Amino acid sequence: MKSAAPVGALALIAALGAFAALAQIAEADRKSGSAFMSAETQQMQRDDGTNPGMLSALDGESLWKTKTGGAAKSCADCHGEAQTSMKGVAARYPAFNEASQTPIDLQGRINQCRQDQQKDTPLAPESRDLLALSAFIGLQSRGMPTAPPDDQRLTPFRERGRALWSQRMGQLNFSCAQCHEDNWGKHLGSAPIPQAHANAYPIYRLEWQGMGSLQRRLRNCMSGMRALAFPYGAQEFIELELYLAQRARGMPVETPGVRP
Amino acid sequence: MARALVNVPTKVKRGDVVEIKVLISHPMETGFRPDPNGKFYPRDILRSFACTYDSEHVFSAELFPAVSANPFLSFTVVANQTGVLTFSWTDDKDQTQVQTAKIEVE
Repeated sequence: MKSAAPVGALALIAALGAFAALAQIAEADRKSGSAFMSAETQQMQRDDGTNPGMLSALDGESLWKTKTGGAAKSCADCHGEAQTSMKGVAARYPAFNEASQTPIDLQGRINQCRQDQQKDTPLAPESRDLLALSAFIGLQSRGMPTAPPDDQRLTPFRERGRALWSQRMGQLNFSCAQCHEDNWGKHLGSAPIPQAHANAYPIYRLEWQGMGSLQRRLRNCMSGMRALAFPYGAQEFIELELYLAQRARGMPVETPGVRP
Repeated sequence: MARALVNVPTKVKRGDVVEIKVLISHPMETGFRPDPNGKFYPRDILRSFACTYDSEHVFSAELFPAVSANPFLSFTVVANQTGVLTFSWTDDKDQTQVQTAKIEVE
């Protein structure tokens, strides 16, 4: 009988473990953030004539063809027509970067190209040009399924992202999962809580009256949790992005998305 | 000045009421927003919008600081003849951005 207590405790831990695993959203229940928006905002995103993100994507298209930097090369000089060469690329990021042996997200990849190939200074995070280029590249994958690469080297980073996802942080002591896994569909104030699938970035957020990257959105959530947000480009963000891509595997890309 | 998206149906029947949608990229800085040092960003808004159908003035609007960034406008016109729609936005510095679109009436 003496051993019953530890066995019971173990069973309880196992049960909690099973519960935590169950909390993950089933594949059939996954919904894009756009499913939680009003019909008007959905319509705004669907119609390229009203989607303000398209303004940014069009800026990106002209940047794609602009020669820049010491090498006086444009993106198009190496990659040609983005409509063919960039098709499905954004759906695969973040990916493993051979040079640094770390994962890299799409914006990081754009800046790497800019430094190494165009011999130019990297674009600042959240700068108009960086958002425009990533919106334009993202647009080439619109409608395609999110397809994170099956690269074993990404696994440890992705697992760290998964741990961060359920890590409580900030003065409010919340984790991402508490809202977006356990309480999606309910409301926080007047705003519905979505499932946090990162399939539409960069987005035009009506609240921001402008474009923003996934990292801006994550920083936004972190300050909401009264946590000290990681700086732009932090390894933690790339790891979270990796996990989010895995979580949204197969969901269609909506870039450039509109969000309330 | 800025990038604008104009949405006009290209082929319509005579007498049809057609919806015109225009979106322009503009910060619409109100002049009431302080920067990190407490100074206000200078006001920079689009003040007016006008649309002409051939040379006839068919729609105009006044815009104010409370209008969002990248203002979107939608209105209707009656398509009477094949012609050119001219859209113009004027900002605080009296600079005007003009965009045109053709409309073909069958």
